[in-house]
Amino acid sequence: MHISSHVRPDLVKGGKTLHDVTQDISRHVESAPNKRWLAAFAVSLLLLSYGLYNLYKTFWFGVGMWGLNKTVGWAWDITNFVWWVGIGHAGTLISAILLLFRQKWRTSINRAAEAMTIFAVLCAASFIFGHMGRPWLAYWPLPLPNTFGSLWVNFNSPLVWDVFAISTYLSVSLVFWYLGMIPDLATIRDRATNKISKIVYGTLSFGWTGGAKDWSRYEAVCLILAGLSTPLVLSVHTIVSMDFATSLVPGWHTTIFPPYFVAGAIFSGFAMVLTLMLVTRVVYKLEDYITLEHMETMNKIIILTGSIVGVAYITEFFIAWYSGVEYESYAFINRATGPYWWAYWSMMTCNVISPQLLWIRKLRRNIAATFVISIVVNIGMWFERFVIIVTSLHRDYLPSSWAMYAPTSVEIGYYIFSFGLFFTLFFLFAKFLPVVNMAEVKAILNSSQKHQQKTYLKATEKEHV
Amino acid sequence: MSNSKYFVVGVFEEEDAVMHAIEEIRGAGVKIHEVFSPYPIHGIDELLGIKRSRLPKAAFAFGITGTACALTLMIWTMGFDWPMNVGGKHNIPLPDFIPITFELTVLFSAFGMVGTFLTASSLFPWSKPVIFDERITDDKFVMAIDLAKNKRSKEELVQMLTESGASEVNEKEV
Repeated sequence: MHISSHVRPDLVKGGKTLHDVTQDISRHVESAPNKRWLAAFAVSLLLLSYGLYNLYKTFWFGVGMWGLNKTVGWAWDITNFVWWVGIGHAGTLISAILLLFRQKWRTSINRAAEAMTIFAVLCAASFIFGHMGRPWLAYWPLPLPNTFGSLWVNFNSPLVWDVFAISTYLSVSLVFWYLGMIPDLATIRDRATNKISKIVYGTLSFGWTGGAKDWSRYEAVCLILAGLSTPLVLSVHTIVSMDFATSLVPGWHTTIFPPYFVAGAIFSGFAMVLTLMLVTRVVYKLEDYITLEHMETMNKIIILTGSIVGVAYITEFFIAWYSGVEYESYAFINRATGPYWWAYWSMMTCNVISPQLLWIRKLRRNIAATFVISIVVNIGMWFERFVIIVTSLHRDYLPSSWAMYAPTSVEIGYYIFSFGLFFTLFFLFAKFLPVVNMAEVKAILNSSQKHQQKTYLKATEKEHV
Repeated sequence: MSNSKYFVVGVFEEEDAVMHAIEEIRGAGVKIHEVFSPYPIHGIDELLGIKRSRLPKAAFAFGITGTACALTLMIWTMGFDWPMNVGGKHNIPLPDFIPITFELTVLFSAFGMVGTFLTASSLFPWSKPVIFDERITDDKFVMAIDLAKNKRSKEELVQMLTESGASEVNEKEV
């Protein structure tokens, strides 16, 4: 007799049939946008247009519009860049690493998480273009032949590595996301009743039919893409951390950076996925697909990565003292007690203390508490990057060069631009594309097995009574 | 049209039913054109006799190409075309080449493999697919049998499909 574990709850609740899954997810694509969506979309467009005005100011008048000075040459822009790239780690982690580990619960959240990843990386990229000062020369870091200039790019530079890492990550994630969507787009094509959606989704679905041979190839491709994306996702934030770690600035020049940045990226990425999914599940009535079990599992990952980040902060501090290097020790003591102490302690509170609350099972399964903690975590992760970047720079070697940094309204507007871009894209995605991977959810709804499990459960319940 | 094909199309309600039917119908020596399902079914490849995909090999070949391209580009530009003195470092600093070599390996491998897959399965935006049943992508499992490739009559095939558990049997001319 085959007995499967009955301790584990169903991944999808409500006894859904295959047709129910199609219905529940496609409904949102097929129906006209409702008022709540229109209102939310209008707000994000407003943010985007205010942001675009500030983007125009940055590009037209130059980065002089920002609060940077000779000492603090990197601040708001790179903080936001690293923050968004970090957020953009969860999607590919969920779809690639959890696929390799056969974590089936990922199926109902991977689509939205991957979309979020792509939009977050686009937001990050916008800061790269902004901070270049002359964005029309943004092709300069590409390895172009001599006619474009007298020299090739310097392949020793981690900034050039970053160009390759971010663009590879963005394009591979995009391919992975789109490939996973093809079968679902075919579902919408086959259900379409009007001519325009038939043509649009017919084009988007690439003529997918669901034949066994295509599925066999599709599965092989997804598995290898997952295998490729796993080291890729880890490499991206490693390389981002090397932008700092390979320099000689005290506070940046640390070998702990790559693992610590990767853990932080997963930490903030999962927090952002939770923030978005908790809203989406209510608005789209997806409570049966995105369940409390999903939330709890993700909260556990947040405790793990949050603790890694906490240990990394303390290790950094300890090593700064233990190394006996005056400059290094000063950089860290200055972080905690200097003029930017508030940023340091915001980071410590939000990132180290708040996720520890999730050890309590009641809070892990409490939607309101999780929602608040997920936002607090991302505020903390923003401060982490601000602390690393600004506090390490603002006390230069010569006290005469010491300076303070504060953002201008243009910089804040640029940040608002990234939020506008992110939410505009996310709302468009949520309206016009299937938010949950229908084909994969259907694959885990093996009804006969479920039936068997239920009869077994009933039998054991009787025995226990 | 003289070159049109004629198919007998069996529609099944459950994964297990279609798996069972494949065994029976293939066992009776009938050639199955293709089986369609809303999600990938595990173990269907062996039943249908689909060979293991060679896509992993393609991925490896593309990946190696990426590695070679990356190393060639960096070694040639920095070591030979325009050698620069960067902080007294070696002109061909191999450890510094690791990140970009890795990224280009992944990039070539992913794009090459996906491109091969889309070409092999002729999945393109302009593709005009033959849809045997519009409910395949929803909740039905469909088996299509090409009449011309089998010696049996249409009636025989229809009966076979019904007996092996098909909830309905349709015909389709393509």
